[in-house]
Amino acid sequence: MQALDKITLKEMSDELIATHGSAKAALIPILNKLRKNNVTIDATTLTTLAQTLRIAPSAIYGVVSFYSFLDHRPKGKHVIRVCQTMSCKMAGAAKVATALKSELGIEFGETTGDGLFTLEHTNCLGLCSEAPAMLLNETAHIKIDAVNVKDILKSIARATPVASN
Amino acid sequence: MSAQQTTAIGANIPVTIDGMDIRVPLKTTILDAAKELGIRIPTLCHHADLCEGGLCRVCVVEVEGKRTLQASCAYPITEPMKIKTSSAKVRKARKNILQLMLSNHAGDCTTCNRNQNCELQKLASEYGITTHPFGKVKRPKYAIDHSSLSVVRDNNKCILCRRCERTCAEIQGVNALVTANRGIETEIQTFMNLPLGDTMCINCGQCINRCPTGALQTVDATCDVWKAIDDPKKHVVIQTAPAPRAAIAECFGEAPGTPRTFEMNTALRRAGFNKVFDTNFTADLTILEEGTELLKRLYGALVQKDASVALPQFTSCSPGWIKYIEQFYPEYLPNVSSAKSPQQMFGALIKTYYAEKNGVDPKDIVSVSLMPCTAKKYECARPEMNDSGFKDIDYVLTTRELGKLIKEAGIDLPQMPKSDFDEPFGTATGSGVIFGATGGVMESAIRTVVELVCGIQIEDLFEHANVIPVRGFEGVRYAELPISAVGPVPEVLKDVVPDWNWLKDATLKVAICHGTANAQKVMDDIRAGGKFSECHFIEFMACPGGCLGGGGQPIPTNKDIRSKRANAIYAEDMAYTVRKSHLNEAVLRLYKEFLTDGIGGHKAHHLLHTSYTDRSLGVRGSNK
Repeated sequence: MQALDKITLKEMSDELIATHGSAKAALIPILNKLRKNNVTIDATTLTTLAQTLRIAPSAIYGVVSFYSFLDHRPKGKHVIRVCQTMSCKMAGAAKVATALKSELGIEFGETTGDGLFTLEHTNCLGLCSEAPAMLLNETAHIKIDAVNVKDILKSIARATPVASN
Repeated sequence: MSAQQTTAIGANIPVTIDGMDIRVPLKTTILDAAKELGIRIPTLCHHADLCEGGLCRVCVVEVEGKRTLQASCAYPITEPMKIKTSSAKVRKARKNILQLMLSNHAGDCTTCNRNQNCELQKLASEYGITTHPFGKVKRPKYAIDHSSLSVVRDNNKCILCRRCERTCAEIQGVNALVTANRGIETEIQTFMNLPLGDTMCINCGQCINRCPTGALQTVDATCDVWKAIDDPKKHVVIQTAPAPRAAIAECFGEAPGTPRTFEMNTALRRAGFNKVFDTNFTADLTILEEGTELLKRLYGALVQKDASVALPQFTSCSPGWIKYIEQFYPEYLPNVSSAKSPQQMFGALIKTYYAEKNGVDPKDIVSVSLMPCTAKKYECARPEMNDSGFKDIDYVLTTRELGKLIKEAGIDLPQMPKSDFDEPFGTATGSGVIFGATGGVMESAIRTVVELVCGIQIEDLFEHANVIPVRGFEGVRYAELPISAVGPVPEVLKDVVPDWNWLKDATLKVAICHGTANAQKVMDDIRAGGKFSECHFIEFMACPGGCLGGGGQPIPTNKDIRSKRANAIYAEDMAYTVRKSHLNEAVLRLYKEFLTDGIGGHKAHHLLHTSYTDRSLGVRGSNK
């Protein structure tokens, strides 16, 4: 996660404002881009953004808190979102959830101590025919079960270099 | 296009509501059309001052041909239709909506500040809600936010009508309150859910005034005031601002605009206040100090060509406006008059001049003020407001709190005999009274400045001294006042300027605005070098309508009520024999006896003037 560079933000927002017509219309595209660039959406980011766009910080906060994908709360490097809608539940999402919890040692809504994983629920992903489904960052994983989620986690953990401090 | 549609567009549209026929202009809402017919549809999120919400659904009606019930507040009529406002289906839906709201409305009506003046309670009673079929939340979910000096937030009572959010954004342009999260987790929050006292809130209390329940309340000082009254060692004095006097009758069930100033004086004495003073005294004083400051600035800029003089000069009476400019336009703080607000001027004088004159030890004085304003509570707690050597104002009571206090004392205020204000501040002028309405400070200043500069009677320019061009409820107003002739410099201003010749043929440009969203427009124009940057003097009031529409005034306050209170204020002004601040004898006596180095002199500066703090947006979107 990185902090926000005011000048880069200005350039990026000017570009998006030009595309979308106004600062208000460009707000969500800007927030999306920040998230994609792995910028932490925290109080400092919101305030800087508010000054750049001349929108009240609280109004931006209202938008951010509305969309779970723009969440301002601190997140792990990888976010796992398990579908909690009916089709996935019927196909055994609960077992997957239990497996993830025990493998990561955290509850839903929490982040692992090493800051690697955040575990969340999501609503319908439109993958009911291949339930249960989950999102790992922006990648959908289908027909998951208690066994293959562990493999997914392992492959991710292996691929992520451990921060040296 | 059918014949029916052709007649409908742009013309009056025939609608039938509950079997009654009426024609209404295109896009009239069903709610307003029903009102025309004398049909009252219940509302909660709707407020005449705000944009349509269409959120609470309690105003649903049946529209023939529509599958579902429609929210009448947000349904513009565009074609002929038949509407039922109280069918069995409608009544059942409304009942369910209310029961759903009550199911997570935590709290007990009898211990609520809004008991008997709560829109939710009233509707629950009207719709005969006697059970909780959807359950009733037992334990409060949210901690009550006591962090602000003016506003208490109790989200447990919030019904998510978002009137507060709309008020804060549309009328005030502050955006301290915002709707956060989604679905069942939706709640009214501040930026990052900070305590309200740490946010950009300007303490104006407009949200309290529009809250239909007790979710937003005033920080209540009545207990502290009773404690002081009950303490025989304390000398408790109260100053009363003009706006509450035009509204206090509403707390006792009387029609808005019923003036009860002199009955209130008696009630206050019976409740136990030792002295009752008139804040208009320091309103007159403000005109002399602030008016002199303006003349000094003009002289500095126009004659001495001093580039450091900040013009236009901004008024400083409204503490909501002061916090607003400190936060959002701090680079313009030098433009704000250094004169304290009338409340704080009075505070500084009571514990010095009055104490000395009446042989009372200032440490035994408890100085209370009656204000239409919740931001005054914040103002009196500012660390710089201790110039008397003590806390200049101890407690601020809003109009609503005073109503409560008087009722608790068992006094029926409207029935009281009339009595006058106490000396030595007794006689105020009509100029002080009109401070309570938007444009009032400007009008008072014009009455005085014209007479002092031009050497003529203001009546020569404006009939009955009523400066009509600066009156009204338009959000931003602009006026020009040509100075065609000048008179001799009056004695009181001899130290300020040698003559007025430099003002001859000048045009005084002034502006007035109320509601800080309007202040934002004016400030942005000034920043961009527009018309308002050419002004000499601008009056800013944080609340719509000025003080008479203050956040501490009786609930409800709306456009109609504001205009009735304004009528009461202007009528009170007309009833005074002296209607110009510079002719207030008590004020002139003050300069003779106490502020002996004159208007704007050293002593006056120490007691009557103040300074401001840059509170611009910090890193956390907070004012700290």
